[in-house]
Amino acid sequence: MNNFDKLITKSKKDWDNLNNSEIPIIYLGTASCGRAAGAEKVKETVLSYLKKHKIQAHFIEVGCIGTCYLEPLMDISAFGNPRISFGNVDPKWAERILEKYLLEKDFFKQKVVGHFGEKPFNDLPSFFDLPMIKPQVRIVLKNCGLIDPENINHYIAQDGYMGLKRALELSQNAVIEEITNSGLRGRGGAGFPTGKKWKICREAKGNIKYMICNADEGDPGAFMNRSLLEGDPHAVLEGLLIAAYAIGASEGYIYIRAEYPLAIHRLNIAIEQMKNAGLLGKNILGSNFSFNIKIKEGAGAFVCGEETALIASIEGKRGMPRTRPPFPVISGLHGKPTTINNVETLGTVPHIIRNGSTWYKQYGVEGNYGTKTFSLVGKVKRTGLIEVPLGTSLKKIIYDIGGGTLKPFKAVQTGGPSGGCIPKELLDTTVTYESLTAAGSIMGSGGLIVMDTDTCVVDVARYFLDFIQKESCGKCTPCRVGTRHMVEILEKICDGQGDVEDLNRLESLAKIVKSASLCGLGQTAPNPVLTTLRYFRNEYIEHIVNKYCPALVCRSLIEFYVVPDNCTGCQRCVSVCPTGAITGPRSEVHNLDTTKCIKCRACLEICRFDAIAGNAIIIRSKEAK
Amino acid sequence: MEDLNIKIKEIFRNFSNDPGNLIPILQKVQKELGYISLPAIEEISCFLKLTESEIYGVASFYSQFRFNPRGRHSITVCLGTACHVRGGSILMEAFERDLEIKTGECTLDKRFDLDGVACLGCCALAPVVKIDNDIYGNMSVIKLKETLEPYE
Ligand SMILES: Cc1cc2nc3c(=O)[nH]c(=O)nc-3n(C[C@H](O)[C@H](O)[C@H](O)COP(=O)(O)O)c2cc1C
Ligand code: FES
Repeated sequence: MNNFDKLITKSKKDWDNLNNSEIPIIYLGTASCGRAAGAEKVKETVLSYLKKHKIQAHFIEVGCIGTCYLEPLMDISAFGNPRISFGNVDPKWAERILEKYLLEKDFFKQKVVGHFGEKPFNDLPSFFDLPMIKPQVRIVLKNCGLIDPENINHYIAQDGYMGLKRALELSQNAVIEEITNSGLRGRGGAGFPTGKKWKICREAKGNIKYMICNADEGDPGAFMNRSLLEGDPHAVLEGLLIAAYAIGASEGYIYIRAEYPLAIHRLNIAIEQMKNAGLLGKNILGSNFSFNIKIKEGAGAFVCGEETALIASIEGKRGMPRTRPPFPVISGLHGKPTTINNVETLGTVPHIIRNGSTWYKQYGVEGNYGTKTFSLVGKVKRTGLIEVPLGTSLKKIIYDIGGGTLKPFKAVQTGGPSGGCIPKELLDTTVTYESLTAAGSIMGSGGLIVMDTDTCVVDVARYFLDFIQKESCGKCTPCRVGTRHMVEILEKICDGQGDVEDLNRLESLAKIVKSASLCGLGQTAPNPVLTTLRYFRNEYIEHIVNKYCPALVCRSLIEFYVVPDNCTGCQRCVSVCPTGAITGPRSEVHNLDTTKCIKCRACLEICRFDAIAGNAIIIRSKEAK
Repeated sequence: MEDLNIKIKEIFRNFSNDPGNLIPILQKVQKELGYISLPAIEEISCFLKLTESEIYGVASFYSQFRFNPRGRHSITVCLGTACHVRGGSILMEAFERDLEIKTGECTLDKRFDLDGVACLGCCALAPVVKIDNDIYGNMSVIKLKETLEPYE
């Protein structure tokens, strides 16, 4: 038996031992989203509780399982019972849950999210039957939240690196053929067939070739790549190795944004473990294939997600895109043939090689096979990270998985700054590269930002254009100057200073920027404006003609108001108002001076959340009172 | 000044003088010294044999690099899309007002510096603010003061 086979045997044995362990196992989701919800404090509490009560237990930090709205999530597996997941666990609850379960073998039902057993357990719901989880197909995210991302043995116990093992037994062309047959398309946005890209790069002339993983994830509001790297880094690394083997690369880079320190940390750990397991360096797993990986941290520029800009950035230059052709697969990093693939694309590859292209093609629809992860955020009830077969309808995603919106639904934004807003009437649109493009948006990397009637689409269009205008690298004029003009017009409209002619000006500017820009950044920048003009023209007209913002967002068009009947005179708002705009003695209806009010929302928030206040402060339109 | 020279020389020891190392060097300098100072640019220029304007050109292209000293604690307010629709920009204004500084500046007592970021990847818990390495989800204007309190 060689070393790797020994490692497999050991990993499987360790995993079985862990799952049959006599002592309890406590799993805590400490991905960035878990931390944002307070998981670090929960961790301290759990560890000190175990110590104080001298309880022996395994404590394992896991990645994000996707139900971010329930963070922090703590799972306990004990007494031969299935692993049980508890949600919204703050330090106080963590202690109570541990006490009840570990000492009394009982649990607080209201905190249980679900169990992970295969058979029914008590009358607890199965985690996999939850409304948010059931419609999903988890391939890429299969391990996220379930294994320890800092332990390569956990990954190997789930058949990790078996894809690489199989690939190394195949010829390079056979690997490429398997990927081509699977129909896998790039998950970074453009949807270029992955097998085809690899084939061109493999056939390109050059004795040195590079393989790059694009982990720049610059699209604001999207975190699929972060979650995968934090929750299952080895899956991406295995994909990177398979791709490198197929194209004949001996050096690889992971270009990752610096805003993801935990993902970088976990990648570094994973790479060290790979070296120790003989999965990196010379003659990997005894084959002729040798490969090394370097991590390059991005420095905060959206355009560096674009492949030619990314290459310039790795070379130490300003991250400016250049015209293509030549494409990087022919002439990329240092002028050598270079393949660039997105994190999720690479995370999918091992599954295809392990299980075969026919297996993969059972998911999705003709031309759009397999699954896609999405970050479901904004004004939706169940926010988080999901994975669905391509061809799933937006309606199913937002209502069945996301649980709908609090206020009535208005639009869903797909594709980030390059995408568009899709209205209610088009919710039957399925997520495929072609159908989203037909709706005026794009698939993009997978951000889904849900908007309800409290979101102003004109403000959102202004937001995206402002973002692009600031991120434009400045190399070409249509993008640099055109987007600047578009922002100015949109700002005017949001301020209530627009005129109807402005809409035509916006449309003609949009066409110029779209057709004349050098790279994808400028070419797609007008999409948010064009789709909102197409589907929500009335909202623009309301702003321009009636000086009315239907969502009550645009600040020049709204004012804050105390509803006399609801005001309990509790003075909570008086104490938080930074400008002294609200006055009034205790127990009497308060007065809000709109000339002093800076619309900071402090009074609104305190009035809504404070128990003694009466939810008396509202926002109303300045014009249409 | 002497101090800076020693620290920078120390940083250079981990790198070859390949110009491709410019960005990692700038990142390391910022990490160790807080920001990219003029003398630091001069030193890098000698080391990599690039002109100072080439270095400044690259550094100013990327939003990560700072050219002013930082505070003892760094506040980063997310201005990403998910945070925007849940009030991220209003939060930023509240920080600016409360600390009496603008984005990119540092308070007079050097306690805090303030910046925006395009996304912290915690969009499901929007709006999000990061203070040093701690991330706070579901932030609101009224939680601002108590959130800042532990940072002296
Ligand atoms: C402005 C701009 C930003 C981009 N940002 C990213 C990104 O953050 N991540 C990514 O994987 N691809 C991004 N892309 C797409 C890449 O250029 C490239 O197509 C992709 O990484 C290829 O990988 P794939 O074939 O696996 O999708 C961006 C493209 C443009 C034009
Ligand atoms: S948009 Fe704020 S964390 Fe992503």
